[in-house]
Amino acid sequence: MVTTLSLADTYPAWSWNPVTDLRAMWAFPFMVNAFRAGTIVAVLAGVIGWYMVVRRQSFAGHTLAQVSFPGAACATLLGITPVVGYFAFCVGAALVIAAIPRAGQGGSGQEAALTGTVQAFGLACGFLFVTLYKGFLGGINSLLFGSFLGITTTQVTVLAAVAAVTLTTLAVIARPLLFASADPDVAAVRGVPVRVLSVTFLVLLGTATAATSQITGTLLVFALLVMPAATAQQLTARPAAGLAVSVLIGLVVTWTGLIAAYYSPYPIGFYVTTFAFGMYVLARLTRLLAQALARRAPAPARLSGGAA
Amino acid sequence: MSVFRAFDHPYFTHALLAGTGIAAAAGLVGYFLVLRAQVFTGDALGHVAFTGALAALALGYDLRLGLFVATVVFAVLIGALGRRGRSDDVAIGSVFAWILGLGAFFLTLYSTRGAAHGTAGVNVLFGSIFGLSAGQARTAALVAAAICAVVALLARPLLFASVDEAVAAARGVPVRTLGLVFLVLVGACAAEATQAVGSLLLLGLLAAPAGAAHRLTARPHHALALSAGLAVAEMWAGLGLSYAAPRLPPSFAILAVATAVYLATLLTVRPRRDHTVTSEEERDDVPTPSRL
Repeated sequence: MVTTLSLADTYPAWSWNPVTDLRAMWAFPFMVNAFRAGTIVAVLAGVIGWYMVVRRQSFAGHTLAQVSFPGAACATLLGITPVVGYFAFCVGAALVIAAIPRAGQGGSGQEAALTGTVQAFGLACGFLFVTLYKGFLGGINSLLFGSFLGITTTQVTVLAAVAAVTLTTLAVIARPLLFASADPDVAAVRGVPVRVLSVTFLVLLGTATAATSQITGTLLVFALLVMPAATAQQLTARPAAGLAVSVLIGLVVTWTGLIAAYYSPYPIGFYVTTFAFGMYVLARLTRLLAQALARRAPAPARLSGGAA
Repeated sequence: MSVFRAFDHPYFTHALLAGTGIAAAAGLVGYFLVLRAQVFTGDALGHVAFTGALAALALGYDLRLGLFVATVVFAVLIGALGRRGRSDDVAIGSVFAWILGLGAFFLTLYSTRGAAHGTAGVNVLFGSIFGLSAGQARTAALVAAAICAVVALLARPLLFASVDEAVAAARGVPVRTLGLVFLVLVGACAAEATQAVGSLLLLGLLAAPAGAAHRLTARPHHALALSAGLAVAEMWAGLGLSYAAPRLPPSFAILAVATAVYLATLLTVRPRRDHTVTSEEERDDVPTPSRL
């Protein structure tokens, strides 16, 4: 995490032969770890992100992502591995959001002012920790904009374990959660424990955010958590297909991002956001086109889009 | 007193000069941001400010040129998209995440030009108010004064248009133009605030004093003045704190004071129910769509 690219580094040449290129890239253990971690994170973020977009809680996801920066910085300052800081701060913040009703919503006026202040203060705390920890200033960019260098095998194991637990929990509550997200009032009447589900989901979201931040950096969590899910929502309204598309886009974006970042001096966060955003724009255009065609053609088979 | 010796240092007087103007402008603009429920715009402009500043640096222009061009252009774009543009949180969030990603790209582009450029990103993100030169401080203060003057000039119609847009429009107030002009002011203010506390933290400078002022008084003109006053006082306290304890970076100190003041008002002052705008919104039980 602390390692930064030295400027004199020469970057490997792209030979246009995918097999040799991949083999050359995977000869480095750190790249293998980066791909493992990226894959785990892409699956986790794709699934949790899809639920987050359905539940319209992207504001909460944004807030949790901002919190991960002081978390990692604080852990580094205390001499613990940043992973602990990421998870402790994100899950803690998720519990705080869960405790304050409507805190995860954007709200308006004064509520937004409070959330904005807390976010900015959290980032300021992160900056304080970074300044207090001398010699770490070079690493601040990788904390904020993501880095795939120096991911250890232990980190991959931790990520895999966290992802397994998170996804298992989500699988258990998937159906009632979807019901509660689509129509909380009816779900509550039918005896679905809406409040418990909401708190559980926020904790899962905190975990996913903490995991995603480690790859994309604090500021670009949206790239993996929201954009694949939003793209999937543009393409299909069915939950199973939506989840699958979301995970698939996350994987494609992460892998291409890793490859591009390996072969060039620019940070992975830039590539992941650009690819994910490009796919989102494409999906929106496709949907607009499909709608325009459907409107022109009198046929009743209209493509109904997902986003409510 | 060691505190008074602070004024012997030119960097401190420059910071004080620029900081006072920037805080006053942020307080005034922030009040309207909270009143118009556009705090999110401040967040978005912070992202844009970062990318604009680094794009200018990477292309070899003055950082401030990039700041102002980027924030003002995007403020106009947000205004042009109108209310429709504000409702789709996921789309807007994605756009701004991508813009930040672009900022990371320009940052790398710029830092590969020379080793001394490595801290540029950190300075833009978290501010470097103690690093302002005399000329930079003077320009910042002048621009801030201009923002304050325009806000003061527009305060009455803008208040009217913010509190009750429909009635204001019916009375012949050019609501749409006012909204656009205000967004340009927000853009300029964001560019200013980036020089003081950085693009990631400017949201706090816009939101905290304004939130506290909204909590403390219901009378718009009092709240407007109070918001500016609080912002300036918090700026001074933060700068003083950072001078007294050099381990605290100034932007953290300013944000810490601002957050503490806001939290104090939240804990001590009970929320009012008589304010037309907020009471209406608080009673509304329909969940508002979340925004980034």
